[in-house]
Amino acid sequence: MKNPFDNLDKSLEHRVRLQIMSVLVTNDSYDFNSLKELMGVTDGNLATHMKALEKEKYISVTKTFTDRKPNTKYKATERGRTSFRKHLEAMEEILKQQKK
Amino acid sequence: MKEIPEYEKDLASIRLMMERSVKFVSLSGLSGVLAGIYALVGATLAYWLMYYPKPPFGFEFNDAPQSVTIFYLIVLAGTVLAASLLTGYALSLQKAKKLSVSIWSKASQQLLIDLAIPLVAGGLLIIILMWRGYFGIVAPASLIFYGLALAHASRNTYKEVQYLGFFEIALGLLCALLPGYGLLFWAIGFGVLHIVYGILMHYRYDQ
Repeated sequence: MKNPFDNLDKSLEHRVRLQIMSVLVTNDSYDFNSLKELMGVTDGNLATHMKALEKEKYISVTKTFTDRKPNTKYKATERGRTSFRKHLEAMEEILKQQKK
Repeated sequence: MKEIPEYEKDLASIRLMMERSVKFVSLSGLSGVLAGIYALVGATLAYWLMYYPKPPFGFEFNDAPQSVTIFYLIVLAGTVLAASLLTGYALSLQKAKKLSVSIWSKASQQLLIDLAIPLVAGGLLIIILMWRGYFGIVAPASLIFYGLALAHASRNTYKEVQYLGFFEIALGLLCALLPGYGLLFWAIGFGVLHIVYGILMHYRYDQ
């Protein structure tokens, strides 16, 4: 049998990235500040991980302005959803094998 | 590669984020109990205005002029509603602090929108029908629209809210079948059900 560790997605290993993806797959879209508040992380930390996920094309970004304040909205792309699901499946597989 | 317990923590944090991002978890059971008590006090006062010393059902009001009684009843209902909303807000604020989450989140905004749609539509319908003299509609319609609002909004909060909604709808339909018993159904729906629900939620989530 194939080693489930091979199915893990390297770009989703970090817990902050997993949390970002889990919020974005359950909601249509989420803005930066709500995400920051929900997860309790700093601006810089969140921004770094967002950039990385954006680079992987796992999320898409739309920037709008409300009352001249920038409002950045994030969405999970189809590619991101699939990768996240596969990563979760691999994690489950690892835990399952561990329990045997 | 991470250690196995790390993956378990990952999965737990994913579950928490999924829930927190869509669910408003700061709803307090105690506010349900208090809202129920306000409603029962309100219903008792309404009984004094409408029926005393007769039993609390039927269409015969006491001797006071009807329009005055109706005015008092509207003020009374408004007071009960305002007191319940204020209590709910204050206790949610407290619980949100305890859980260290924000009360004004995407989940709570969606919850308010979902609640408001059936409530505003139902409220306007009731006001229009009252204006046209159909007072019998007030109790069943307010129960049914309130139930619809709860059932509709429950996806953004605790699942139990949906069941409370179903009970309110059933009670409203029963109330429509038994004209003249509006005040009693109203006291059960807004009073007793809220108290039972509040106690249940308090033991399930507030401990």
